[in-house]
Amino acid sequence: MKNQKDMKLGIKIWVALLVVQFSVGQQTPGDKQDEAIYIEGATAHLGTGEVIENSLIMFQEGKLTFVGSAMTKIARRGRKIKGDGKHVYPGFIAPSTSLGLVEIDAVRASRDQDEIGEMIPHIRSLIAYNAESKVVESMRPNGILIGQITPQGGRISGTSSIVQFDAWNWEDAAVKTDDGIHLNWPSSYHRGKPNENYAEQIAEVKEFLKNALAYGKAASNELNPAFESLQGIFKGAQKLYLNASGEKEILDGVKVLKENGVKDIVLVGGYEAYKTIDFLKLNEVPVLLRHTHMLPHSDDEDYDLPYKLPGILVEAGLLVGLQNSETSNFQTRNLPFFAGQTVVHGLSKEQALQLITGNTAKILGIDESYGTLENGKSATLFISEGDALDMKGNRLIHAFIDGREISLETHQTELWKRYSEKYEGK
Amino acid sequence: MNKSFAFVILLILGLSRLSSQEYFPDNTQVKSQNNNYTAIVNAKIYVSPSNVIENGTLLIKKGKVVQVGKSVKIPANTVQVDVAGKWIYPSFIDVFSEFGVAKPEKSKEGGRSAEYEPSRQGYYWNDHIMPEFDAVNSFVYDESTAKNLREVGFGVVNTHRHDGIARGTGVLVALNGKEGDAERILDDRSAQYFSFNKSIAHRQAYPTSLMGSMALLRQMYYDADWYAQGKSETKDRSLEALNSNNSLVQIFEAGDKGNVLRADGIGDKFGIQYIALGGGDEYERVADIKAANTTLVLPLNFPDAYDVSDPYTTKYVSLADMRNWNQAPANPKIMAENGIPFSLTLHGLKSTVDFKDKIKRAIAYGLSKEKALEALTVIPAQILGKTESLGTLEAGRYANFLITSGDIFEDGTLLYENWVQGQKHVVNDINQKDLRGDYDLAIGTDSFQLSISGEVLQPKAEVKKDTLKLNTKLDYKNDWLVMSLVNNENGATYRLSGAISGDSNNLEGKAVISNGKETTFKAVRTKAFAGKEKDQPEVPEMVPVTFPNIAYGNTSLPKQQTMLFKNATVWTSEDAGILEHTDVLVKNGKIEKIGKDLKAGGAKVIDATGKHLSAGIIDEHSHIAALAVNEAGQNSSAEVKMEDLVDYEDKGIYHALAGGVTSLQLLHGSANPIGGQSAIMKLKWGERPEKMVYSNTPKFIKFALGENVKQSNWGSYSRFPQTRMGVEQVFDNYFQRAKEYMDAKARGESVRYDVEMETLAEIIRGERFISCHSYVQSEINMMMKVAEKFGFRVNTFTHILEGYKVADKMKEHGVGGGTFSDWWAYKFEVNDAIPYNAAIMQEQGVTVAINSDDAEMIRRLNQEAAKTIKYGGMTELEAWKMVTINPAKLLHLEDRTGSIKEGKDADLVLWSHNPLSIYAKAEKTIIDGAVYFDLETDRKMREAVEKERAKLINQMLLEKQGGKKTQQPALKKKVLMHCDTGSLNDHHE
Repeated sequence: MKNQKDMKLGIKIWVALLVVQFSVGQQTPGDKQDEAIYIEGATAHLGTGEVIENSLIMFQEGKLTFVGSAMTKIARRGRKIKGDGKHVYPGFIAPSTSLGLVEIDAVRASRDQDEIGEMIPHIRSLIAYNAESKVVESMRPNGILIGQITPQGGRISGTSSIVQFDAWNWEDAAVKTDDGIHLNWPSSYHRGKPNENYAEQIAEVKEFLKNALAYGKAASNELNPAFESLQGIFKGAQKLYLNASGEKEILDGVKVLKENGVKDIVLVGGYEAYKTIDFLKLNEVPVLLRHTHMLPHSDDEDYDLPYKLPGILVEAGLLVGLQNSETSNFQTRNLPFFAGQTVVHGLSKEQALQLITGNTAKILGIDESYGTLENGKSATLFISEGDALDMKGNRLIHAFIDGREISLETHQTELWKRYSEKYEGK
Repeated sequence: MNKSFAFVILLILGLSRLSSQEYFPDNTQVKSQNNNYTAIVNAKIYVSPSNVIENGTLLIKKGKVVQVGKSVKIPANTVQVDVAGKWIYPSFIDVFSEFGVAKPEKSKEGGRSAEYEPSRQGYYWNDHIMPEFDAVNSFVYDESTAKNLREVGFGVVNTHRHDGIARGTGVLVALNGKEGDAERILDDRSAQYFSFNKSIAHRQAYPTSLMGSMALLRQMYYDADWYAQGKSETKDRSLEALNSNNSLVQIFEAGDKGNVLRADGIGDKFGIQYIALGGGDEYERVADIKAANTTLVLPLNFPDAYDVSDPYTTKYVSLADMRNWNQAPANPKIMAENGIPFSLTLHGLKSTVDFKDKIKRAIAYGLSKEKALEALTVIPAQILGKTESLGTLEAGRYANFLITSGDIFEDGTLLYENWVQGQKHVVNDINQKDLRGDYDLAIGTDSFQLSISGEVLQPKAEVKKDTLKLNTKLDYKNDWLVMSLVNNENGATYRLSGAISGDSNNLEGKAVISNGKETTFKAVRTKAFAGKEKDQPEVPEMVPVTFPNIAYGNTSLPKQQTMLFKNATVWTSEDAGILEHTDVLVKNGKIEKIGKDLKAGGAKVIDATGKHLSAGIIDEHSHIAALAVNEAGQNSSAEVKMEDLVDYEDKGIYHALAGGVTSLQLLHGSANPIGGQSAIMKLKWGERPEKMVYSNTPKFIKFALGENVKQSNWGSYSRFPQTRMGVEQVFDNYFQRAKEYMDAKARGESVRYDVEMETLAEIIRGERFISCHSYVQSEINMMMKVAEKFGFRVNTFTHILEGYKVADKMKEHGVGGGTFSDWWAYKFEVNDAIPYNAAIMQEQGVTVAINSDDAEMIRRLNQEAAKTIKYGGMTELEAWKMVTINPAKLLHLEDRTGSIKEGKDADLVLWSHNPLSIYAKAEKTIIDGAVYFDLETDRKMREAVEKERAKLINQMLLEKQGGKKTQQPALKKKVLMHCDTGSLNDHHE
């Protein structure tokens, strides 16, 4: 019965923590950082592959001013947060997600992620992004603070934008507006059988790209919104996210895009990227790999293939991040665990961390400010009681976006509190 | 003896037009009869597969065999046919045909909603039960199909309408193209037919699943028995017909190994031995099929090799499919070796022409020719109870026989004639001579060299003048040879024509040369045709069958071992908590001893230093290893059993083992308020389904509430209930009826045996437990109140995402909860689902388990349990109980499994790390003391899979290069099951 008691005590402490620390209303965005903050004594996981035990992290006006050892002789300024025994991480980044575009999967009225039409690059996710989504809010207590909000469906689904998860509205949320175009490469097999239209579907993509490229070569009086919105991918101002999973599709997709003037390609999905490693390296294509909590595609494959794919690609020298675009959005809060899963399957903990921080920031092109704990970068980070890649250690006590301390409360923690109190009162 | 049989005796031999029956008036000619005999002499006669007469005589009259033997006395009025050197076989019989019986028209899809009511009146309540249908009434003889069938050797087919679950009766038909239905229909009601497949002509939703079909058949038999006792107040023509057909042969279209056994199981319950149509994969479960004592009808539709020439598409072919290609042709041979009687059918072949190749392939794989012939003659006659009239050429049988040029199962053998009921049907001209050979050809005074080759029936000629090749065309038909030659150098032409003489090897006749002058030609045979060396039919080396017969199947079943785990961190899931540096001894499938420094004795010692040993994980809510999840055709399906559909071949079992899972509840889905009966099983990968299900298993049933049973998310508006208000009434009504049913029985009244009511009565009596799919607090509360009203308690709320809101009430009722760790937001009713749910319920004293409902999540339930530490601050020990002893308690298995305690089943997992950590890997998963998953073995199997794939790919490539037919690589569709899979419209969760 001792254990039962322990458990009760545990719950009480947790509820107490919540009540004391975060009595602010849910989802009210944090105030601008007005005093310097430093975290001392924590283990800092930088997202670069580096760890600093007994670290000192200082930030001011939303920017990191110092990341190093607590042994360093440097003046501490402002509010101190004791980090002893705790862990600090850069905010995790969820790429290729429809967070904020869908609230409840089965309720049609709450779905805004998939517009009709096959080639609609001009469709923009940002303006539909619900900064007050309860699902988005539920990401934060797990350390996911940034997302690439991405339209889905069709051949070219539209244009994504990158947002941070603590804002009054989409405008405030935007970190990088209209950052990329998302293309779903056709499948050479359809429902287990050869796709008879595969060549034709590729030809349609080519045709579309060629026209868009030609359109951009001359000034036109009549604006073609679709062609217009693709110009960034020819100039290198936007990335082209190529969703492809099979070996053949990856080879075809990259080849066609390269041949048609697309500058920056990111492979999304990439289940069989491990079969095309040299090709991807040669073409400098990074991979946003499908998350690890899935089954192998075929009975003949190793049971742990999804767990070890990231390790195989990283080991081969590719730049790899993780995404979970095909799951329900609520699952995105498990992003740290998708990464943690790779640890006994080929990667070190710090490498695993890079899959959802530094690497992803680089792939998305926001690494100047986000993804790692480095001097001068945005103070977008959190403190966890334990190892944030492991579910039993991932317990956030503070989180900051651009230096603003954000609430870790959610619709769910409020219900927890409310009913815990109900039973306490008995 | 039936009527048509009597007519046949009177049939008149030798009339080329449709003959009239003896008592029919004839206004077209003088009425006459032909009472002559026909004797086929000098043949090698297969009287039966085991009785062969060399140089025999077959004497027939009026469609029947009069006598067969070496010395047969031939009456004076006999027409003799000398077939020296030819072979005679009884013609083939196909037990499973749809010859002359049209499929019904497909029902038109009407409206968006499913149809729940029957469309007929005065018949059984389910439209797919049609025993009253007699195929003879719609039989239309189809000569062009008959001709195709005769050309491959068939003389009689047993045909029925391939539609529906109870299909009614079929017709036995001789493929007699010379006479009428009066002669050729041998039996109007030769057998009664069943299948698990619904009628395409009817839209009634029930049953939507295999288990529903099985339950329907069982209930149908109960009802028929009740009806036969005269207890029905209303007329039911279906049950009447079923009862009147019960003396017939009963044939079941099973279609695969599992369904053969399923059909047999139903038959056993009701004292019926079905003849089962197999699927060609029976070899994979040969021991069980032998034990079932079934006679099989086997298809010959062996798969073509896959075209594996493109390395990019080869991945779509699974090892299981490759093996199926490699092994399936051995099916008949393996059945024969095991003494399982079977006939062979054309059913399943794309074209009857393929029959010849397929039967030869079966023989090349080792089926003896005698067995093959038996399976096409004697056995089908036995199956149909017609050995007195069919299957052999003994006296008194129908004169149904084949005349061939030699061994019918060899390449190059010609089928000349197929006699049906004494009527000759020519397939190939028996007088056609083999002209092939080399000749000296003289046309007038010119001389040439002629060489004839090719096929006997389609000879090709080549003519040379010294080294110059002439353009040559040869045509040989009806005893006449016609040949034309053109000398391309000088334009000279020759036209030759001559009658072929039976006695000479030489050819001669008239020739016309370029200038129109006539002369003669003569070709003198100098050399007989020497065909190219006949290739032995190439049979690829057969790869071994595993259990199950897919990648990572076992070559032999894991055995119980005596094992000693030394120095482990032991997660007991008991009050003892987590024990460091502890030994655990496993013996005879049980946990023998837990302690420090245990003596090994003869045990295999496993050094577990730094490792963690726990009880096997138990999933309270799973749909892996199931062939279907929902029977969605009615709002209650209490009569269906998941046990009927355990899919022992699902790789999901192996995946779950690799995640440390040893037991699960295979639940029915959530399509109906009252779902189906659960199967509670141990994941003994490689075992037969019956061995996986717990012996003396606790009885469970799935109930469901909320959006799924209201069909809220897929535009269905016709089925009751559509609201939570209606859901309550469904339960109330069913339990009230069950109570009344029980009361009536208790009063000794004779009631119709109703499987559904029997099941609900078990619940009321506390013998069967409910796992109830539930989300919001109102319905959870309602369900408990309904149970309380009828005097039982709900055992488990599964999913129970708002359990935290009524945890106190749950505790009071005494119900447990099996929940998701952190799922929400996928539909409206999970808006208030919180990951703290498990912790709050546990805190209130509810027994809580974390479940998966998912083929992927099941393999990391340890991590899902760990989330209760993050969400709600559970201790590690309590968190771990949520996937071990707690689900064991919810499933009433806590005395057998779920914790590490002396005397309990040795269901154990050895972990590399703390099992609640994401860094933990299951290294060994043990069930009843046998290792079912082992990381080291897995590594070896990976290599084996790769090697075997390579080997089979090479074999298939050779098939293609050898010119054989291949098929495109295709991925067999794999459905991952959730609660609502197979609802009338699939939606995720």
